Formats: sequence, structure tokens, C-alpha cells
Amino acid sequence: MGKRLAAVLGTGQTHHRAKRTDVSMPGLLREAVDRAMADAQVDWPDIDVVVLGKAPDMFEGVMMPELFLADALGANGKPLLRVHTAGSVGGSTALIATGLVQAGVHRRVLTVAFEKQSESNAMWALSITPPFHMPVGAGAGGYFAPHVRSYLRRSGAPEHVGAIVAAKDRRNGALNPYAHLRQPDITVESVRASQMLWDPIRYDETCPSSDGACAMVLGDEAAGDAVPGGAAWIHATSMRTEPTTFAGRDQVNPQAGRDAAAALWREAGITDPLSQVDAAEIYVPFSWFEPMWLENLGFAPEGEGWKLTEAGETALGGRLPVNPSGGVLSTNPIGASGMLRFSEAAKQVMGRAGDYQVDGARIALGHAYGGGSQYFAMWVVGAGKPHTPS
Amino acid sequence: MIAAGSETPLSAPLDVGFDYTRSVGPVLGRFVNALRERRIVGIRGSDGRVHVPPVEYDPVTARALTEFVDVADEGTVVSWSWAAEPLAGQPLERPFAWALIRLDGADTALLHALDAGSAANVHTGMRVRARWSDEPVGHIRDIAWFVAADAPPDPAPTPPPPPVAEREDGEPVGTIITPIHLRYQHSASPEESRYLRGLAEGRLIGQRCPACRKVYIPPRGACPTDGVPTAEEIELPDTGIVTTFCIVNVPFLGQRIKPPYVAAYILLDGADIAFLHLVLGCAAEEVRMGMRVRAAWRPCEEWSTTLENITHFAPTGEPDAPYENFAHHL
Repeated sequence: MGKRLAAVLGTGQTHHRAKRTDVSMPGLLREAVDRAMADAQVDWPDIDVVVLGKAPDMFEGVMMPELFLADALGANGKPLLRVHTAGSVGGSTALIATGLVQAGVHRRVLTVAFEKQSESNAMWALSITPPFHMPVGAGAGGYFAPHVRSYLRRSGAPEHVGAIVAAKDRRNGALNPYAHLRQPDITVESVRASQMLWDPIRYDETCPSSDGACAMVLGDEAAGDAVPGGAAWIHATSMRTEPTTFAGRDQVNPQAGRDAAAALWREAGITDPLSQVDAAEIYVPFSWFEPMWLENLGFAPEGEGWKLTEAGETALGGRLPVNPSGGVLSTNPIGASGMLRFSEAAKQVMGRAGDYQVDGARIALGHAYGGGSQYFAMWVVGAGKPHTPS
Repeated sequence: MIAAGSETPLSAPLDVGFDYTRSVGPVLGRFVNALRERRIVGIRGSDGRVHVPPVEYDPVTARALTEFVDVADEGTVVSWSWAAEPLAGQPLERPFAWALIRLDGADTALLHALDAGSAANVHTGMRVRARWSDEPVGHIRDIAWFVAADAPPDPAPTPPPPPVAEREDGEPVGTIITPIHLRYQHSASPEESRYLRGLAEGRLIGQRCPACRKVYIPPRGACPTDGVPTAEEIELPDTGIVTTFCIVNVPFLGQRIKPPYVAAYILLDGADIAFLHLVLGCAAEEVRMGMRVRAAWRPCEEWSTTLENITHFAPTGEPDAPYENFAHHL
């Protein structure tokens, strides 16, 4: 007995900002939820179950926020689940929601992810040093910068490639009315002139801290068939995890990510990702993670991801546009960032991506990672139904 | 098993706290700004019930609610629990009741403190009224607590409510501040405790996995790759290499080392996993992958059970390790 077909019926997101002090936490979620339900043309009675994701509770200081958010999520009297896999949570939340449809348990699922970073300070929350330890941690940037240096050493990538990614993503963000940072005039030179924060990562190569939320309505085959203009059909999903540290761990090109990608392409029937995928929304919080994940995902051989970036192939109009929405570098409500990647992939194949639509996009990738590059979640969505649901 | 468990594992307090800022939004915003005027507002739901405090979305239909309703600052105790030993930060320092109070005009109950002297004076159905703070600011604690409806006026001053976020003069309250503090007792594992006690003697103690033979420092008590217990202890030298590193230039809240500093993965000679530490003793831009380093220890009379006994690692001046020797540690 195979999986049943599942589809994205509609998506919604907030206007992302550094501080959305105009709304409460429930109000922030509802801004995304209301847009997703309108996009999907569904009403509350159509929703069978709600699946919520967000990153560590320390960010807002609310333990189990799903409890007080139940009213805003229309979840009273329905199942309400919360998912937590650090920064990848927006992606894994969407996948848990997908599984409920694929399993035939529910017909329509509302899935939501959010972060209201302005309620605290992520650098503080990610740098708490327990007793007996050396207090050298410096947030996510401090964690990832040494591994970026390892990538530079291993690949021999020229130093300006990171700036190419940053300038591209911020310019893409300027095409996205919901993006937090919209910088149409940013250049590779201005990125390279920005302050070095965690050498080798510069200020302009770093994601912002955002308040924001993302929501999607997923449905079964009948619901997908009814979407005007066509749903985004879920062709493949995959999740993998590995420990943060172990002897011999490849921190640059983690095994869990490679395994997740291999399983994803296999399920989607994709043998040559670079040729067969039309657009990719990849979780790139620091610019160098674009070439690193291009390799980890199998779009390029190891050590050569940067060549795609340098050649302009990942820009809009290139062979594989990466983060046409502006990506995490333009918008980073941590818990929602993964779901934004998944929903932006869906928007591309639904033809609903507006000014950053990739012409003729039929197959798109949504990708998220979290923790110390230890959680991976990804999906492939298509404009048409998958040929043989596995 | 070697001695693990023969000594008590080390533990120490870990206090985590932050003054969270809550943007209240249009509905709770109306509630807290009314409190500043010593008024209490609720909101009418789709079924006609009046919710106090007001809810933003209807519990029945999930629709956004907008019909605000003024309710009384007097009401009836629906249920209660006696707090015999008040905790820091609670509304009253003397024993009090936590009470669910249905205000006149409301259909739902509000949780607040009730100052009643003793539990014998509290009962379900009891009539109570708000004791307003002397200087309301736009916070739930503008109601200092409730008292019996027939209690004589209390001339004693109320404690000030917690602060709300700074705002322009005359602007309504949009953000409240919610200080949250968690006080943990953090315990090290038996294996980590032996390693920490080793540090207090200036020794670096790791463990070797019996299956893959990899040496872990700090020791973990089990191999994350093979899933088997680790018991064999290995004493490691205080020399090694920098595998990779970053230069932290960014200051942030709670930071304990003044930037710029080099945070580096140090792979001790004989170890199979690197740990993060500081590199000093040369200019930050001179730190290299593969650079040989040695621990710089504090004076031994300052040693305790922490890796901070090593203030930093400094270059030894020996030739760098070839990249091939440590590429698999990246």
C-alpha cells in the first residue's frame, strides 16, 4: 500500500520585519494563516488538523506556545501537533503535515511555522554557556564560520563567491513584497566592503533577525485537483538527522544531508538534479552555504558548487535559480525560515511567485537544515502529479 | 568500568534569564491600556460570552473578535488555591490565594492574586474587588491583587507594577516586559566529572572507544558512532593543532570574552575530536589551519573543575601540520 497523493493547496506569509510590534504572537501567526487559507480557498471547517513548528522556546520565552496559540490556529476540538527540529523546523513541520495526508489520516492540514525574534535576542539564546565549559560560543555565526573556512580550504573557492550569493539573494529579496531586507542596489563590491563579523563571514553575508510566520494548507488528491490553476503536487519528501559532533564527522558536507538528498531524488525519480530541477529554495543563512549545499544536495560534485554560483547559474535566469524569493539571507524568522523555503518552492510550480517567478518552473526543491547542520528536511514539488506514487 | 560512579558527579547552578518583550497587539493592547485607566475590558465572543482578559480569536469559530465590553472591577471567586509560601516576583510577599475570579459582566474567569490573610477567609462564591496599584502603567499588575469586597480600605502603598517598554510620551502601551528566569542545577556526567576533576589537577583525560578506537575529549561515557560504553581512559598532552577557526568581531549580549578573539577548534595530539577554545599569543590574522598550539594554563592555585583553567592556546612555533593530516577532522 503506497502513499496517497498530497498537494499544496495554498500558501501565506507575513510581511517580515525586524520587529513586528504591531501584532501579538497569535496575530503574527494569523496574518500568515489568513493569507494561506484565502490562497487555498478554504474555511475553518475544511481544516482537519493543525501542525505547528517553531525553533527553541528560549527565543520567545514561552514554553509550549502551541497551547496558548490554539484559539488563533482554529485548533480547538482538532488535533494540534507541535514539531521542533531547530532551524529546520519549518521544513520538518511541513513534512509531518504531508505525512498526515499521505497516510490517508486527514484530508486537509493547516501547517504553520513562526518566530518572533524581537521578543528576545537569538545571539543570547544560542550562546548560553553551561557550567564547566569554555565561553567561546558566539551564536550561529560563530558556530558556522569555522566550517565555512573549512569549505574554503577544501574547495579552493575564490573569496568573492560568498559575496556573489549575498548580492544575488538580497536583490531577489527586493522583488519579494514580503521580504524583510529588500536591497535592489546591493553589489558584490558593497558586500565585500561590509564589516567582517565572524571572519570569514561578513555582515552582508549574514541573515537578518526577523519576526514572521508562514503557513500552508495541504490536501489530498481530490483537494489538489480542485485548485484553480493547479496545486503544487508533492513528489518526494525526506528527513535525516545526525549527531552534532562525533569523531570524523564531515561538518562541511554532512552525511545526513547527502543521504536525505539521495533518498529525495530517488523518490522523485530525478537522476540529474541540475537538469531536472527548475528552481530551488535552499536554506542559506550565511552566503557560503549556497555552494556548500549545492554540493551536499548533489547539484554539483564535491568542491565545485561555487563554480555554479560564480558562473551566475544560480541567479534568476540561470540554469538553476536558487532562492529567487531572496531566501534566508533576506528573511529569517528562524522557525518559519524552512517553511518559507518549502512554500516558495510550491509557489514557483503553482505559477504564483509574482516578480520572482522562474519561467516555466515545473519541478522545485524546498530545503531546510537546522542545529549544527544536523537536521535536514526537504521536498520536491511539481506542477503535475508524480507519475508513480511510491 | 573504571571508577566512574565512585565519585559524585559535579554539578553547579545555571541561571538563565531574559527580560522578554511582548508586543500585545490590538486586543490585549486595549486591555492593558484600559488597566492604566483603572478600567477592565473584555471582549464578546460569537456565542455571546464575554471573555476577560479579552481573547484575540474566538474559541468557537476562530474568527477575529472586535466587540469590546467594559466589565466591573468586582466579581466572584470561582475557584482558588492557597499559596502558603509566596515566591519571588509574585504579587504578594505574604501568603495569599491564587483565585479564578469571574468579574461582574464577564463569563470567563481571570486568574489573579487574592489578599485574604488566611485560607480560612477564602471560599468559592466569595465576593472580591480589585485593589488597584497606586501608579498603573498598563500591565496586568496594575491590579495589585484582589481583596474581599467588604474589606476596609487599605492605606498601605502597593508595590509598583513591573515596567512596560519605553514608548513616546502619550503613546499607548504596545509592548510589555516579561522577565523570565530559570534556575537550573546543571550536572556533569560521571565521565565528564572525572575529566573535570582531571583539569583541576592540570591533566587532560579522554576516553577511547573499544570498537572504533577513537579518543574523545571531553569523554562522553558512550561512543556516538558505535553506541557502546566507553571506559578506557587516555591522558592527553596539552599540545595539538588548530583544525579550523573563526575570528569573532561581533559583540553580543552575555558575551564573556571581549572581541575580537579567535575561536578555534583545537585537536589535541592523540585525540580524534576537536573542541572549541581561544587562540591568543599571535595576531588573529596569523592564526592558520594546521597551526601547532600549546595550552596556556592559569597559575595552578587558580585551577578548578573547568576547561577555563586553560586561558587559551598559543602557537608553539613548530611547523604547521600538513592539511592531509587533519582534513578528515573538518
